[in-house]
Amino acid sequence: MARRLLFSSKRRGYDAGAGFCARELKNPERELYLFRRRLALAGIVVVLAFVGLAARFFYLQVVLHRYYQTLAETNRIAIVPIVPNRGVISDRNGVILAQSYSAYTLEIQPSRVKNVEETIDALAQIVDVQPRDRKRFRKLLEESKNFESLPLRTRLSDEEVARFAVNRYRFPGVEIKARLFRQYPYGEIASHVVGYIGRINDRDVDRIDEWDDTANYKGSDYIGKVGVELSYERELHGTTGVEEVEVDAAGRAVRTLSHAPPVPGNDLKLSLDIKLQEVAEAAFGDRRGAMVAIEPATGDVLAFVSRPGFDPNLFVDGIDPANWEVLNESPDKPLLNRPLRGAYPPGSTIKPFLALAALTSGKRTAQQTISDPGYFQIPGAAHRFRDDKPGGHGVVDMYKSIVASCDTYYYMLANETEIDDTYRFMSQLGFGQKTGIDIEGELTGVLPSREWKKNRFAGKNYRDEHRKWYLGDSISAGIGQGYNTFTPIQLAHAIATVANDGVSYRPHLVKFIRNARTGEQRQLEREPTHTVPLKPEHLAVIKNALVGVNKEGTGAAAFANAAYVSGGKTGTAQLYSLKGEKYAASKVDERLRDHAWFIAYAPADRPRIALAVLVENGGFGAQAAAPIARQVLDYYLTGVRKAGPAPAPPVKDPEDESD
Amino acid sequence: MVNFLGRVRDALTRRVDSFLLGVAMAIALVGLITLFSATDQSVARVTSQATNLAGALVLMWIVANLQPQTIARAAVPLYLIAVVLLVGVAMFGTVVNGSRRWLNLGVARFQPSELMKIALPLMLAWYFQKFEGRIGWKDFVLAVILIAVPVWLIKRQPDLGTALLIGASGFYVLYLAGLSWKIIVGLAALGAGAAPLAWPYLQHYQRERILTFIDPARDPLGAGYHSAQASIALGSGGVVGKGWLNGTQTHLDFLPERHTDFIFAVFGEEFGLIGNVVLLVLYLLLVGRGMMITANASTLFARLIAGATTLMFFTYAFVNMGMVSGLLPVVGVPLPLVSYGGTALISLFIGLGLLMSVQAHRKLVNT
Repeated sequence: MARRLLFSSKRRGYDAGAGFCARELKNPERELYLFRRRLALAGIVVVLAFVGLAARFFYLQVVLHRYYQTLAETNRIAIVPIVPNRGVISDRNGVILAQSYSAYTLEIQPSRVKNVEETIDALAQIVDVQPRDRKRFRKLLEESKNFESLPLRTRLSDEEVARFAVNRYRFPGVEIKARLFRQYPYGEIASHVVGYIGRINDRDVDRIDEWDDTANYKGSDYIGKVGVELSYERELHGTTGVEEVEVDAAGRAVRTLSHAPPVPGNDLKLSLDIKLQEVAEAAFGDRRGAMVAIEPATGDVLAFVSRPGFDPNLFVDGIDPANWEVLNESPDKPLLNRPLRGAYPPGSTIKPFLALAALTSGKRTAQQTISDPGYFQIPGAAHRFRDDKPGGHGVVDMYKSIVASCDTYYYMLANETEIDDTYRFMSQLGFGQKTGIDIEGELTGVLPSREWKKNRFAGKNYRDEHRKWYLGDSISAGIGQGYNTFTPIQLAHAIATVANDGVSYRPHLVKFIRNARTGEQRQLEREPTHTVPLKPEHLAVIKNALVGVNKEGTGAAAFANAAYVSGGKTGTAQLYSLKGEKYAASKVDERLRDHAWFIAYAPADRPRIALAVLVENGGFGAQAAAPIARQVLDYYLTGVRKAGPAPAPPVKDPEDESD
Repeated sequence: MVNFLGRVRDALTRRVDSFLLGVAMAIALVGLITLFSATDQSVARVTSQATNLAGALVLMWIVANLQPQTIARAAVPLYLIAVVLLVGVAMFGTVVNGSRRWLNLGVARFQPSELMKIALPLMLAWYFQKFEGRIGWKDFVLAVILIAVPVWLIKRQPDLGTALLIGASGFYVLYLAGLSWKIIVGLAALGAGAAPLAWPYLQHYQRERILTFIDPARDPLGAGYHSAQASIALGSGGVVGKGWLNGTQTHLDFLPERHTDFIFAVFGEEFGLIGNVVLLVLYLLLVGRGMMITANASTLFARLIAGATTLMFFTYAFVNMGMVSGLLPVVGVPLPLVSYGGTALISLFIGLGLLMSVQAHRKLVNT
């Protein structure tokens, strides 16, 4: 009976049938006695466990003491990580854009050197040490932990290696090491795509912790910092190998005990065509701006330009302060990734998308016309929204509104359209959102809506009237000014989507990931993300008008005598409000001049490439941006390459030119 | 004036068990001294831990002044809050090191599993107290569910170590409440038999740790590295140790996590076998005192809660020292009162406060 006890319990009968018989308890003392017996038993277990621990300590610290002391102090077995070779980055045709090579470095372990400066002075008599090497070393020293070995010189010549080897006994704590270096053969070309690697800092350590990959980064000094090098870090890095070596008291390796080789990182094959990229970058000359070219049917990014660029090779060993200052403080902002992080008003490039919205919603038909007196007035208000062409375009239908870029047509359209309806349609084309391209740092830009304005001006400094959406806001937004700001990648993505009849792909820079050992290739991103529901007859109207732009409209001058039929749209984004004065480029400071836009795709019937060009402060889109697009399309479609940059517009006051 | 100061003194010390507090402070002092060495003499870290300690002492004092019945009333809400927070973690938690264990409260991150460490034993003790004298097999089943829910939630974070420890705290309550030996033995046998079946359900890192425990050489850069380096640190410490701040393993960066879970390796290297035995004795005194309090507690609730708390102190100390010395596989358990970290310190001192409350109020609620 007692053995069948489940719980000490006074309850009878209830549990008996279940086989868990409860026994009657005479009194609480009995219960307390049972409890104390169990507690005592636990006490015995505690004492036994602690005795067990003490025995274990005795075993480790007395019996095996000598063995562990040897391990710890005299013949320490060092576990040496072997850093894997970082993956190669190449363009779509296999041209190498980033690769690793092995070279000798002269390294100092500061904790083992008495006086670092004196040691460097002495070393300078054996190998060439430039002032910039010293500066860089000092910077590394400030940033590093104590026990790291830091490179003083990289890329030693064979002769220097030999000379140091002879003098090595004089320099405890100084060593020659073979390390892997990264090289970017194209330098500034595509620097914003490829990015660069740099020394691992505290933030990177946190990132590695997040990945739970700390062991794999033992021995790695470098990590991707920007561009594809950053976003595909985990593919490129590879798996660290391990070598167990016996080291003597001085820390020198005596022999290798075991060896597990590293697994090299995967190679990346980009969708980028580096030849096209070169043509595009050259076409910019020394102008600032951005260009993104996308293959509409796949989302492959064919060229991705951000001008000016920078030389990623400068960053690899830790950039020296002088170069850093130049790059970081230049007003041209060479480190800014303009296609991703530059948000600009789209200007008239927004018109074909708004026309498509009007067709889709039924607000307009292609044939409907308006009469343009050269301005638009909200009924009952005094303010005139001015058209670029004084006197107006006369009778304008949808085709003409795009080809001649008639503002009044879009003022009127905006006047009749609820901004949230525009917002919903334009969102489908990716405006105001990240496109999801596979490098980091993308901005969303702004596609305005009532909700957006409420949140934007939610702060205490604003009042309700700031948060309200006004008709005037809609009118400005209707020609791509006002609150709209888009990134160049968004515009390229949107025109590619339209060129591809609404089937949208996520733009991507990496096409294949190749296993360096097996040679096995894996393709990324083959499926469209979504399809914008567009009617073929509506698309035909817009595409026809875009072709008209390059045939007889604002793009016609730039695309005269082209060997293919293309569609395009110019745009000019105002930065400087002239308050009714006529815009005169020569009178406006260069940095306040309008941004020039051009979006295009070609060939018109089966588009192989779609692009967006932005020239910062370039003035009129037709003059500054369209010729760059022309050179890029010419090269991509016909292989013809013009020497030198695309013709820049003269700074003059164009009389009768619409953007 | 003197009278006033005397009353303040009385209020501060009346419910505080000076023996328990003395031993705990001695261990915490060992912790601060070792922490200074383990963090390469970082005054900032030691100050921060000392601040945590001060805060924990205040909480201990508050809990010690609560009546056990008051604490019992909080058991159900605390348990429910802890479960809700655990569900919240599963849904909105912050991922650190690949596990979803934290809730981001804006100001600080918080691990609800810490709250559960206290809430589960309280809940079970409350339950057994409420139905004292008429507990049957149905209650046993319910108790197992009360244990299984949080254990399952924490296990899937994944945090197997903490899940097992919280399961253990629940088991201690059942054991002390008089769970049949047959069932205990049966469960143990079942557990041993089912262990191989659980293998496919373990996370990758959990398998790695177990495989590494069996063969430390198989992953020398990862999990095995911790274990091997800790053994070297302890072993090379010898009988008298290398002296404070002189541990070579510690200071040459060989020891990972050396101010948190592996701080005992630093201690063992620098203070040797003698230091280790002193620390073991201190823990034994702490646990011994806790058991005395448990044995003299006046209600079932007080007995159960005091017993479970005491046994958990023992379990943490044993599992951590066993892990560092290579007796047990690597699980993320801090050394109680020694490892760096505010949350653990706070829950430990709340535990001490519970023991003191039980001790101080034993005659007031005589049955």
